[in-house]
Amino acid sequence: MSTASPAQLTEKRYTGAKRGRWKRFKNNKTLLLMCFPAIAFFLIFSYLPMPGLYLAFIKYNYSDGIFGSAFAGLENFRFLVMTGDLWRLTFNTIAYNIAFILLGNMLQITVAVLLNEIRSKWFKKVSQTMMFLPYFVSAVLIGLIAYNILSYDYGILNSVLNSLGLEPVKAYSSPGAWPFIIVITYLWQSTGYGSIVYFAAIMGLDSEIVEASEIDGANAFQRIRYIVLPWLKPTFIILLLFSLGGILKGNFGLFFNLVGANNTALYASTDIIETYVFRSLMTNFNFSMGSAVSLYQSLFGFIVVLSANWLVKKVSPDNSLF
Amino acid sequence: MDETFVSVRKKTDASGLVVQWIGYLFIGLFALCCLLPFLLVLGTSFTSESAIKLSGFNFWPKEFSLFAYKIVFENPGLIIGSYIVTIVITMVGTAIGLLLVAMTGYALQRPDFMYRNKISFFIYFTTLFSGGLVPFYLLITQYLHLKDNYLAVLLPGLLTPFLIIMMKSFVRSIPHAITESAKIDGAGDFTIFLRLILPMTTPALATIGLFIALGYWNEWYNSMLFLSPDMKYRTLQLFLYNVITSADYVRNSAAASNVQLRDMPLESMKMATAVVATGPVILFYPFVQRYFIKGITVGAVKG
Repeated sequence: MSTASPAQLTEKRYTGAKRGRWKRFKNNKTLLLMCFPAIAFFLIFSYLPMPGLYLAFIKYNYSDGIFGSAFAGLENFRFLVMTGDLWRLTFNTIAYNIAFILLGNMLQITVAVLLNEIRSKWFKKVSQTMMFLPYFVSAVLIGLIAYNILSYDYGILNSVLNSLGLEPVKAYSSPGAWPFIIVITYLWQSTGYGSIVYFAAIMGLDSEIVEASEIDGANAFQRIRYIVLPWLKPTFIILLLFSLGGILKGNFGLFFNLVGANNTALYASTDIIETYVFRSLMTNFNFSMGSAVSLYQSLFGFIVVLSANWLVKKVSPDNSLF
Repeated sequence: MDETFVSVRKKTDASGLVVQWIGYLFIGLFALCCLLPFLLVLGTSFTSESAIKLSGFNFWPKEFSLFAYKIVFENPGLIIGSYIVTIVITMVGTAIGLLLVAMTGYALQRPDFMYRNKISFFIYFTTLFSGGLVPFYLLITQYLHLKDNYLAVLLPGLLTPFLIIMMKSFVRSIPHAITESAKIDGAGDFTIFLRLILPMTTPALATIGLFIALGYWNEWYNSMLFLSPDMKYRTLQLFLYNVITSADYVRNSAAASNVQLRDMPLESMKMATAVVATGPVILFYPFVQRYFIKGITVGAVKG
């Protein structure tokens, strides 16, 4: 985290003073106590499960427990590689995330820029409220909405196709359609939310620069192309690098509720790391395989974050994470 | 800031008009696309099952019927029980979570707090590396013994690193001199937080509280993992999930309302349940969305 320099000075003054360890502890006692619930919380719910990844190296069975089950070394990982599961999960997770990040940011920037061009305050307000709406509902409802549109028997999509004299589509059994369905749903849900950051950034653009460009005879397209978009570039790069860190993390709620719990016909194009781990826990009871995939995800993801952070440091040191 | 833009663009040339019309068209269409699916759910919930079977889901009921709502409320124990569970979890969780986030965020933003960087990293690290679902599941069920306990939904939702970072960003705008002068006057750290900082950060607290509350209201994941069908009342979103996916619920509802299974309004019932489960959020949100916007602009870039 970056800190303001006066804050650092204050800290130097405090820590620089030659006091005993105990005295320093005593001075910070209340603040430490205030952090204690949060420390306990993360210790229990985030750190305590970490050693549980040992499951990845054994052949867990319920009756023998974690320490009674046979040690398997890297056998689980070898199985995941041999069956091609690991490659498929990695590919799906990363490919979906790249589509989300690139298309998502493009659409968010478009919306923010156009929203800024619109004069009518009323229109701005109402349209922003409407675009923000999908962010507020649960993943379960998103699944139901998709069903409303795609259902073979009753969906509105087939009603429309029918009235045009076209063949109805069986969306829930055509794997090829799902990358589009999932990406469109993601964009539908997140664009209103994501465009807020860009919109706020445009608001910070100095109106004098805009004015000057107009005096110089720039038209609206040139203003957007040469002033607004370059102004948004740093925000875009930072958000891009942040999202790179999560490139191996999937949006479980979206995939699970759109695809359904047991729609095996669609796994080839919709199975991501999160859904695989969930199935290994709730359907197949293969705890070790699920943990092996989680460990792979965490380690690989960690390396990506470190690299992304290294990049952020190069581009904009103020925004680096650590 | 809006005003300056408007005044700057007094003379709108042809290109300006074109861009504006593209804006109206594109934003208008996209906004409509965001809204229409909700109207589809709403419209279908008021449509008779026979009309659905004949011509599918529709925005406007071809044959108006309240039968689905009648069935949903005929078995009031279930939906009202789920409502109460969700409301209680949301209220208790938001109150506790908000206090913890505010307390932690303030302490970690104090420049004279020695351990702040270490604790910040301790919290932040959990977003980088995690044990994953299986060990978390085993922890909750086998070590904390919280299976079929509402605490399994309430506790994990109390804190997120994102909200603590957001609180830190909010507190950063309060001059440290305020804390320092209060210290000179002899106030303790907790008193300063409670009496001085909290009243100064009410907009921030509203924002963070709303984020936590929305999270609890829409919670379905931990509910699905840890609350089994043995429990009579589960959370609202899980109830909705079951109505959508499980035939058992339909059978039980049919039995409870003395309706033949084949006469059950299967499809419109799903929509009616969705309307009842989501309605409060949608009615409430236009009034509070500005708090969310504030939180996103403050939290995202520093994220």
